[in-house]
Amino acid sequence: MLSPDKFLFVAVMMFAIGLIGLMLRRNLFVVYLSIELMLSSVNLILATFSRMHGEMDGGVVSLLMIAVIAAEAAIFLALIIYIYRITKSVDSQSITQLTHKRDEA
Amino acid sequence: MEALLSLIVILPFLSATILGLSYLVDSKKNLSNTYYATIALTTPAIVTLLSFVLVFKMSTMPHDTPLYAHLFDWVKVGQLHIEMRFMLDRLSMIMIGFITFIGTLIHIYAVEYMQSDEGFGKFFAYFNFFLGSMLLLVVASNPIIMFIGWELVGLASYLLIGFYHKVSSNITAANKAFIVNRVGDFGFIVALGVLFIALEGQGFSFEAIEQGIGGLSHSTLSFVGALLFVGAMGKSAQIPLYVWLPDAMAGPTPVSALIHAATMVTAGVYMVARFGFLYNEIPHIGEFIAYIGAFSALIAALMASFERDIKKILAYSTMSQLGYMFIAVGLGAYGAGIFHLFTHAFFKALLFMGAGAVIIALHHEQDIFKMGNLRKVLPQTFIAMLIATLAITSIPPFAGFFSKEAIINHAFLSGHYTLWIIAMTTAFLTAYYMFRLIFVVFFAHSTKTYPHLIPLGKMIIYPLIVLAIGSATVGFLGIEHGFAHFVALPDRATPAPTHLLEYGLMGLNILVALGGIALAYRLFGTNPEPPKANIPIKALFIHKFYVDALYNRLFVDTLRSLSIFFDRVVDGAVIDGILGLLTGGYKDLGAKLASFQNGTVKTYATYVILSVSLMSLALIYLLEAQ
Repeated sequence: MLSPDKFLFVAVMMFAIGLIGLMLRRNLFVVYLSIELMLSSVNLILATFSRMHGEMDGGVVSLLMIAVIAAEAAIFLALIIYIYRITKSVDSQSITQLTHKRDEA
Repeated sequence: MEALLSLIVILPFLSATILGLSYLVDSKKNLSNTYYATIALTTPAIVTLLSFVLVFKMSTMPHDTPLYAHLFDWVKVGQLHIEMRFMLDRLSMIMIGFITFIGTLIHIYAVEYMQSDEGFGKFFAYFNFFLGSMLLLVVASNPIIMFIGWELVGLASYLLIGFYHKVSSNITAANKAFIVNRVGDFGFIVALGVLFIALEGQGFSFEAIEQGIGGLSHSTLSFVGALLFVGAMGKSAQIPLYVWLPDAMAGPTPVSALIHAATMVTAGVYMVARFGFLYNEIPHIGEFIAYIGAFSALIAALMASFERDIKKILAYSTMSQLGYMFIAVGLGAYGAGIFHLFTHAFFKALLFMGAGAVIIALHHEQDIFKMGNLRKVLPQTFIAMLIATLAITSIPPFAGFFSKEAIINHAFLSGHYTLWIIAMTTAFLTAYYMFRLIFVVFFAHSTKTYPHLIPLGKMIIYPLIVLAIGSATVGFLGIEHGFAHFVALPDRATPAPTHLLEYGLMGLNILVALGGIALAYRLFGTNPEPPKANIPIKALFIHKFYVDALYNRLFVDTLRSLSIFFDRVVDGAVIDGILGLLTGGYKDLGAKLASFQNGTVKTYATYVILSVSLMSLALIYLLEAQ
């Protein structure tokens, strides 16, 4: 039987890659992919622990999460398209409407 | 008679109020000088008459039955019972006699002197107020009322010294007089407080104090006596609180005459004499007073010898003569001290009024080395000044001879030879500097003419004549200690001198005075030279021993740097700084926090992840700790 360490290792790697991608990349699609990657890593962890303890709770939650992620993907992609229509770009740096402006203070 | 005594104090205050109100209401200057002068002169004249009536009535009564006039109870709280009550005994009787008489003459003189001043009404309001304050001080029957008069005198002198208020140095002089006097007043009020507590509510009138002090410890009495004398130092311009006196010459000349002759500076000597019963218990404090007086007399005479301003010479001579009075009262010769006070009032008023006449005739010139030969131009003034000068240099038979001789002889007979030598030296210097003034002003430059001289009016000349007669004759009251016996103060006894010794001392006094006159004639008789600071010791005298500079350095500069410190450091840096840190800190903090909200999604993601990580770590630690 495969040890749970290997699953956890893969999950952590996925989470780390997603995190780095989220923080470093500017393309909104890549950012979205990174978030999905982190979510998937969490799913994997849930499933792994569920199996480790011989209970099904974690597996059920991860299944529910997949459904939520699917719905979220639809909203996310719609948002990206909408942002693109306003700013003509998918660069996350181009959306700065919520910045604090010093001279207005 | 009680009513008369009250009126003497009330009338000057009343007329001062009327004059002051008229002056304030009359903003368009409709009221003539005659109106003000009438009110201002009537009051002192009436008061003088009243005081003469009282003097004649009192003289026939035994000296231990003073006259009291009870006006009202001022404060009555527990042990503190202060009556507004006046007392007229032999001492205050002499005082009101010459204060009102000389005060009236100075008022008459001032009417003409101040004729062209636009503040004429105000001046006389102050003048009457000054007179009233001094009378209140003198007839007070308890030290609290005396202190009120004492303070009012200080206030009046402040107002009058700064009367020419358009020149800022005059205001400085007025402030200086007021502040230096405040130092002395502090001593006075502390002494009264200590005395009051020590007496434990046995009453606080002079007679009650006299009965009560027998039960007090020697150290308490010494403390009270020394502090009371600090008050006298301030009012009577003794070392170290004399610095205001020469600067007080900034006021109009009648003010100087009033301050130096009838009011103000005499208050200190009067107060010590009034507390004579207390000082008799503590002769060592009395000796201290005498030494302070002697050194003040000597130093003032030295400064006067190198002064050029005619009024300042007279100011220093006042300080010097007050020194003599303090020698007398310090050694327990209260009668002699008050007698010198009495004669001094005549000749010093005369000197100042003569000097004022010279000043006004010469268009407000005060430097004696720019005068000369005035003997021929102002003959009446010259004769008056000469009589006053002979009186102050104690040439018989003029007034100062009898009073000063009594003091100097008392110092010798009571065995204080150091004091006696200082007093003799001062007498020599007095003769020197007073005749220096006479020679330089009236004799020197015998060809000098004055084409633009202002003629002097009758109201200036007549008071001079009256005072000249007084200066020449009042000394005879002191023959065979007649004055001292009359005043009946608790003098400390001295061994009676032999006739030979008495005549010897008298001859020595006259010789010393003549020596001073001769020296003054040699140096200044024909062709006087102004003093030059060519050797260090002369520079020391000309610069008044640098005392003003020292006081400025010690007190004024210290206070100023202290207030600058409080202004800039305590207020500016500490208090404003803390407030600034609070408000500015919030602003800066806000700006710093605002920069976190930079609109970049990546940064926000970082915050979220960092926060979640930190929370997770904390959670892990907490779980492990369980």
